[in-house]
Amino acid sequence: MLASEAGTLAFPILTAIVLVPIVGALIVALMPKSRPELPKMVALLSSAATGAMTIWLMSSFETGDSGFQFVSKHEWIEPWGISWHLGVDGISLFLVVLTGVLFPLVIAGIDPHHDERPYLAWLLMLQAGVMGSFLSLDLFVFFIFFEIVLVPMYFLIGGWGYENRVYAATKFFLYTMLGSAFMLVGIVATVAIAADDLGKTTFDLVEIAEGASFAASTGRWLFFAFAIAFAVKVPIFPLHTWLPDAHTQAPTAGSVVLAGVMLKLGTYGFLRFGLYLFPEASFWSRPLWLTLAVIGIIYGAIAATMQMDLKRLVAYSSVAHMGFIVLGIFAFTTQSMSGSTIQMINHGVSTGALFLLVGMIYERRKTRKISELNGIQKVAPIFAAGFMIVMLSSIGVPGLNGFVGEFLILTGSFLTARWWTVVAAAGVILAALYLLWAYQRVFHGEPDEENKKFRELSLKEGMVLLPFIGVIVFMGVYPKPVLDRIEPTIDVLITHVEAHTDYVEPEPTIQIGVVIDHGEEGDHGEEGEDNDTEHEGDEDDGDDGHEGEGD
Amino acid sequence: MAELVWLIPAFPLVGFLTILLFGRRMGDPLSGWFATAMVFASFIASVGVYSDLLGMDEAERSHVESLFSWVPVGNLQIDLAFLVDPLSITMCLFVTGIGGLIHMYSIGYMHGDAKFSKFFLYLNLFIFSMTLLVLGENLLVTFLGWEGVGTCSYFLIAFWQTRESAATAGKKAFITNRVGDWGVMLAMFLAFSAVGSISYSVLNNNAEAGLLSETTATGIAVLLFVGAVGKSAQLPLYVWLPDAMEGPTPVSALIHAATMVTAGVFLMIRINPVLAVSADWVGPMIAWVGVVTALFAATIALAQSDIKKVLAYSTISQLGYMFLAVGTGAYVAALFHMITHAFFKALLFLGSGSVIHGMNDEQDMNKMGKLFKFMPITASTFIVGWLAIAGVPPFAGFWSKDEILLFALADNTALYVLGLITALLTALYMTRMVIMTFFGEAKWTSFANDDEAPEVAEGEEPIETHGAHGEFKPHESPVIMLIPLVVLSVLAIAGGVIQLPSLWGVPDDVEHTLESWLHAQVIFGEADITGTWADEHLGLLVLFAVASAVVGILLGWLIYQRKRIKPWEPSLFANGWFYDRAVTRFMGGPGRKSFEGVAEFDSKVVDGAVNGVAVAVTETATQARKGQTGYVRQYAGLIGIATVLLLGWFVVIRGIL
Repeated sequence: MLASEAGTLAFPILTAIVLVPIVGALIVALMPKSRPELPKMVALLSSAATGAMTIWLMSSFETGDSGFQFVSKHEWIEPWGISWHLGVDGISLFLVVLTGVLFPLVIAGIDPHHDERPYLAWLLMLQAGVMGSFLSLDLFVFFIFFEIVLVPMYFLIGGWGYENRVYAATKFFLYTMLGSAFMLVGIVATVAIAADDLGKTTFDLVEIAEGASFAASTGRWLFFAFAIAFAVKVPIFPLHTWLPDAHTQAPTAGSVVLAGVMLKLGTYGFLRFGLYLFPEASFWSRPLWLTLAVIGIIYGAIAATMQMDLKRLVAYSSVAHMGFIVLGIFAFTTQSMSGSTIQMINHGVSTGALFLLVGMIYERRKTRKISELNGIQKVAPIFAAGFMIVMLSSIGVPGLNGFVGEFLILTGSFLTARWWTVVAAAGVILAALYLLWAYQRVFHGEPDEENKKFRELSLKEGMVLLPFIGVIVFMGVYPKPVLDRIEPTIDVLITHVEAHTDYVEPEPTIQIGVVIDHGEEGDHGEEGEDNDTEHEGDEDDGDDGHEGEGD
Repeated sequence: MAELVWLIPAFPLVGFLTILLFGRRMGDPLSGWFATAMVFASFIASVGVYSDLLGMDEAERSHVESLFSWVPVGNLQIDLAFLVDPLSITMCLFVTGIGGLIHMYSIGYMHGDAKFSKFFLYLNLFIFSMTLLVLGENLLVTFLGWEGVGTCSYFLIAFWQTRESAATAGKKAFITNRVGDWGVMLAMFLAFSAVGSISYSVLNNNAEAGLLSETTATGIAVLLFVGAVGKSAQLPLYVWLPDAMEGPTPVSALIHAATMVTAGVFLMIRINPVLAVSADWVGPMIAWVGVVTALFAATIALAQSDIKKVLAYSTISQLGYMFLAVGTGAYVAALFHMITHAFFKALLFLGSGSVIHGMNDEQDMNKMGKLFKFMPITASTFIVGWLAIAGVPPFAGFWSKDEILLFALADNTALYVLGLITALLTALYMTRMVIMTFFGEAKWTSFANDDEAPEVAEGEEPIETHGAHGEFKPHESPVIMLIPLVVLSVLAIAGGVIQLPSLWGVPDDVEHTLESWLHAQVIFGEADITGTWADEHLGLLVLFAVASAVVGILLGWLIYQRKRIKPWEPSLFANGWFYDRAVTRFMGGPGRKSFEGVAEFDSKVVDGAVNGVAVAVTETATQARKGQTGYVRQYAGLIGIATVLLLGWFVVIRGIL
């Protein structure tokens, strides 16, 4: 049922989305050294083509359909029931689009300084790996992609990173590898146990999740095997310490991708595999995850406040933000889970942009130390304005994207996890504290001799930053199109959990509505809706288009 | 016309976007004029909607105008919608009206500043946010405006950001307000979980129908009050407002006196039915926070020497009055005082700005005096503001303060007495201020060659810098700054007419105009005081109020003009009861230490464990490698021992065999 008919398409778009960057990577790798300008062109072309395909995917995605769309399924290793099974639904759609759009921007906007060819090849491999992870509906294929992702990132950090890169790369690799080892065992065990129920061996996610039922204790063991891998990836406190090192030491492109999409592999994994395969175990263990999430929110924010390295600060802020997403997932309400899903995108955009900006600061000043930066707003007001908007989004100021996700997460989780939410909401205060304090130290005040030479945002940098800011404003003002595509899938997932547990989602309903002029008001709403909203979106996109120049 | 309500926020938004795109090209003063025009256009739209509502029956004056669906997920359906009713339109009228005047004033005040157009960019964004705040149909739209004005306030306090103190003050304002925002957010969550909506209509209707449990209502009311305490600078979260005076003076007038800081009071009025059905102690709590803040801030204002700091503490004190009104169920009086306060406090701030301008950026009242002679218009209008805030009849402040005290007495005598003492102190510190600034001896001559003072305002026009060299003479401000002063002083004189009490000499048909206009919005929560002792002795109360004002002024005159009594300005007052300092010290001391502790815990313990495991693995592996000797007999021996142990475990422990 889930592999809907709507998905059977003549052109296997999802397969293409995974394969184009791989092909691009191979071409780049085999490029002759005599033509140094070619690799970048090819890389840009292939990643942009992938991005264009994801945009097309988004525009032809069937809103309101909760199941997997654009499914392509081919038997691969038949005796073991492994198949090339790809599909996209409301949870993965925007993650795929984000991955599609982020990479061309990163490739176009960030200069690796040396060994461009392998750098680009690794980046493209990374894009393919991430895409594959988000699209696979087969446990085996998913695992392969999930692991593939590590390799390019390891080389990117190790090859193009900063002073401590080898330590950071190794730590990152071993830590996540260790988590994955548990998952591998979990996958094999899951398939073996499910084979009894299903009467055949299959790695197909949908078949196992819909057909197999695990005894409570078995399900819990299996769930935890998966959960460890995802928890490391998110990362959930206390498994987070690889993140600040990896982020700080990674080259800018690595940090942007890491924050932008790779961390989401963890939260996505929870939603797609954890909750879907093991609803009972996920629900049973929710106090643990809620608690760790809330600790992460507060702890990450406090640790961020005290960082002396701008990049480490942003890295710790990620720990806090990802905590919100985990909170939303394990609160099991439509609002909180939709909020988590949209927040994955929002965090990717905002934090990605923050790393981009910090990277630009490093390019100019060759330092990330907050104490060595000051007064930048005076010499580079446009750069400062860009940073300000991204920062406000990260703080969660309404009207920008970060707020929508946070608000939905907290509103939803308040229904089922009231006291956790009360504490988590305090994280909002701390977010303002660490970011504004950092902003003041870096941007306010009189610049000293070194910082007087700080170069203003260049046109090229502005062009890279612009899409980020456009999305930040648009998603804050008009998130409805995104939410409309996410919600049906979330609803089905919650129903799935409800079917396997005694959980019933609390749904507060309006007792007494608006008494004034109901009919007329409704009319207005409908009428105004289409015109106004379209207009609003355009307008805001437009205005930000010139944010820089106007300032 | 009511359906065109979106025009009210649309004009300042257009202004914001235009200046964003073309601000640099428009420059000084065109961008200022444009911004001003947009705000006045918004004011005209407000007047249009107002007159439209005026023509309707009372029951039909409330409209919901929905623009589009903003955050729709499941049962949570939030529209970007406006609630047009007498309350929101009244707010719009005075926000855009006073906003327009202050914009106009700023054209003169900010003239020559390097960031002239940027100033108006923020100012227009502020008006846009403020109108969203008051027009919001649900808590989320209000919160959008709420955070919007907070962000603008941050930008504008830190406007001269190269100055360390300004940057710090901006940050402090934002973060302190965030503490309050935490309350507002939780209130929204609670409202949604209780009634499935965060729309005011739904919340208030449920409250009025008795469907909101007392616990829930109490929760929502208290949490929103937490937000209001932050935004409206009440104890214990007031600390950001005095520091906010780092911003340019028009900002202090607009944001930190007339409009934004009253948002908390507005929110309380907006949800008055919820307050009405919440627990018995909620009202008194609000009233006590208000009256204690009012008294507390008034004592501090008594000993400040910075002209803007006096006004800042005075604002905190007056906001305290408004919360006293809210807590005693006097919602009309709260709004009434909010409006008259906006008139006279904007006037006073702009007047102080004119003084600062004329004194070449000097803010210390100890270096002023005798300025009446040099800036007669500023001085005259300032005196109007002084009489209004002191509560001298028939100026605007007298009527509104009187009404608040009336309700306070009807509720609790202690509240009334504290309120009356505060009124006396208000008259006293304002008299002190007027005398130190405009009368007495000119103290600025001795400071004329001082270079230390005017280090404010980078980019302030150099031509006007006549303080540093030789002859210094204070001067009157340009006409464009004086017009708003004159208009506001007319309002400060006559503003009381919108809500006159039933006293002798007041014609029946002009009594209680504001009350009947707001009737439908506040009737559920408004306290009924008819028949109380206080109500029946209205005339006596008026006498008390006038007496307290007169005594305060007289006292001030004796102390500061005639110098018959030695001024009593203990350092406890001058230092704000050491509250702010204690908070700062705590934050910088134990607060910071504990944060550092967490960061250290992370690197030493959490990450230390990770690295420890890595080291342990390496060590174990090195040790284990030594076991791989290659001798078969050793391996065989190990296998043998292991087998025995395993068998033993199965037999003894598990009981197999």
